[in-house]
Amino acid sequence: MKKVKTIKIDVDLCNGCRACEVACSAFHAEPKYSSTNPEKSNIRVLFDVKRNLYIPVMAGEYTDAECMGRDQYIIDGTEYDECTFCRASCPARDVFKDPDSGLPLKCDMCEEEPPLEEPLCVKWCITDALTYVEREEEEEEEEKLDDVEIGLEALANKHGMKKITDTLARLSMSKKGEYV
Amino acid sequence: MAGGFFAAELKHSGYDKVILRGKSPDWVYLWIHNGKVELRDASHLQGKGCYETAELIKQELKDPKAQVASIGLAGENRVYFASIEVEKSSCSRLGVGAIMGDKRIKAVAVRGTKDVNVAKPAEYFELCTTMLESMRHRLDNPLPGFDAMLATLGPQALSHSDDGFHIDNFAWGNARERKKGHWTKEYGEKWESDQLQSMERHISCYNCPVKCGGIIKHPTLGRFPMKCYSKLTYPMAAYADLDFGFRMIGIAQEHGVDGYTAPQVMAFAVELYEDGILTDEDMPGFPSDNEERHFWLMEKIVRREGIGEVLADGVYWAARRIGKGAEVYDHNTIKKNEQMFIKLGTLNPMYYLLYATGEKLTITQIEGGVPQAPLAPEDRKAYVKDWVQIPTGKEERFKQFVLEWGDEGKKAPFWPDTDLLNELVEWQEAMHYIDDATGVCAGVSSFMPKPPYHIHNYPLMLSAATGIDFDEDKLWKLAARNRNLVRAINIRRGLKKEDEHPPDDHWKKRFPEFEAELLDNYYKFKRWNDQGVPTREYLHELDLDYVGEDLEQRGFLKSVEEAEA
Repeated sequence: MKKVKTIKIDVDLCNGCRACEVACSAFHAEPKYSSTNPEKSNIRVLFDVKRNLYIPVMAGEYTDAECMGRDQYIIDGTEYDECTFCRASCPARDVFKDPDSGLPLKCDMCEEEPPLEEPLCVKWCITDALTYVEREEEEEEEEKLDDVEIGLEALANKHGMKKITDTLARLSMSKKGEYV
Repeated sequence: MAGGFFAAELKHSGYDKVILRGKSPDWVYLWIHNGKVELRDASHLQGKGCYETAELIKQELKDPKAQVASIGLAGENRVYFASIEVEKSSCSRLGVGAIMGDKRIKAVAVRGTKDVNVAKPAEYFELCTTMLESMRHRLDNPLPGFDAMLATLGPQALSHSDDGFHIDNFAWGNARERKKGHWTKEYGEKWESDQLQSMERHISCYNCPVKCGGIIKHPTLGRFPMKCYSKLTYPMAAYADLDFGFRMIGIAQEHGVDGYTAPQVMAFAVELYEDGILTDEDMPGFPSDNEERHFWLMEKIVRREGIGEVLADGVYWAARRIGKGAEVYDHNTIKKNEQMFIKLGTLNPMYYLLYATGEKLTITQIEGGVPQAPLAPEDRKAYVKDWVQIPTGKEERFKQFVLEWGDEGKKAPFWPDTDLLNELVEWQEAMHYIDDATGVCAGVSSFMPKPPYHIHNYPLMLSAATGIDFDEDKLWKLAARNRNLVRAINIRRGLKKEDEHPPDDHWKKRFPEFEAELLDNYYKFKRWNDQGVPTREYLHELDLDYVGEDLEQRGFLKSVEEAEA
């Protein structure tokens, strides 16, 4: 079993104060707590008064391509586009990118030694829109790939397995004797 | 001063302040982006509402995260009580919106992505954590004996609908009458249902856990954010209900007017009409329906159309322009500005001095720290128990004051003694000046009883944040410098001793000779001369010799030679 750290977000309780952004950027500043800058925060509150939309979102994985087409959700009469809830640092929008370097940002749950009781954004959210939950999850047995397999898998993803095996066959024929 | 997000965005953009000099020939808006500053054409924004303008600018700049401070029709037309609206808050008092309008600056938009650094990170963060804990404590533990509005933090007008205290005790119409017993069960239920139907969410300003604001959803006006007290000012001035209040606020915020003055100006006009001083000739098309009248007046005022041209100058000036006896209807202004709409019984000497000498012209921006009225005997001990906010050396006397205030022989107007009175007044005003200088909201500091920010932790936070060593004395001196600078500016602008006079009917029982004595004593205590002008000697101690020289050259202070002669 492995522990999964989760931040539960109750959007109805969010008061849009952005204390989570301030606390996160202070925690991740170098040296620690030496500056604040919401733009460098790994959590952002996406809000729009006209739609009563107050949604804290934690930065997730980086993606180098934006989605083709977008979904739209209507919840209680309010329209949300898919990006509203998306955690990706993505070319389609300017959140979750360090304003100085352009590098993607990603939430690390405030990992440090000794560990904090809860991520700092949760601690500073005294309206309880953010709460910290640890849950246990079955660990899937995962075979560790070696470097060659990782490389081949990437090539197979890009060009298709058939092309890889054909190329390997051709290479082994034409370069016979050159490789040990 | 305003809440919201504008100030923080400006700081992240690399600036602390924006000073606008001169005037533009055409309508422009200012765009500040990470140190780049440009004036852009705003001709297409003329006539637009404050929030509408902010939206259009953000679309135009393709930057939804920009923060915009804008004026509406009232600012454009230089209404004397025009506000500058920043999303979900505003700079409302004293017509600052009219100054932007005069300069033809429709808005200031800012966007910043730079770091804000602190000098001593670990120390500062620890202080912030303690601050967070003390705020949480107060939010979870309301002070016993206080109205819900003041019992926690920030004026909580939107977090509750139990407004019986204000409905029954504050004045209706043109600050005219109290309606004791108006808050009945049925009235309270309707009031609550209006609020619950309209309030969608509690909201806060930047990095603050206190939820003073709200998102209002109205069937005709859509959604708009608002802050606290105008929920009472508009309905009470118009003898109307809360639903009217929300409808009016939605419109008033787009036009950009002060929710404190505007309702009183409109109530003043309605009273003059009813008493025949203003007639149909002055106000052609004035509706007969009460609520319609107020909406009609609002539109006239913000456009300076017809009677609105006169009313846009506020009650004091409008009364003098209208004449025909209108002057006596100007009964709730001090220093030419509308005051809180409250009328009370016996003179309260502490409030007399706060009103008379306060220069921020809103009692809520001067008072705080000391309870507004004597506490019930059972609540007094609890109040003084952990009252750590009192300045050093004054702890016992201030605590004794709260413990005794209201007992037999210890009531207004001749109690407490002058020294204690002066110290209580000075402390309250000093904390407001410190908040203004640091940009901290009075809702977690000077306006609140037993607030999280106070004279003892302020110096620690300032030292850790800036690296400049502060202590209580240094901060006190800084507040005194600001206080006396503001006073000197106002004296140059024409402030006179006779202006330091609370409205005649503010209290039913007045004591003119005693009041004069109170004022003279306070002037002496503040080291001002008998006309209320800071003395050369005192200005010298505050490192403000240049201010003293200026006041002397302009004839407000006697020169040393004259004084000796």
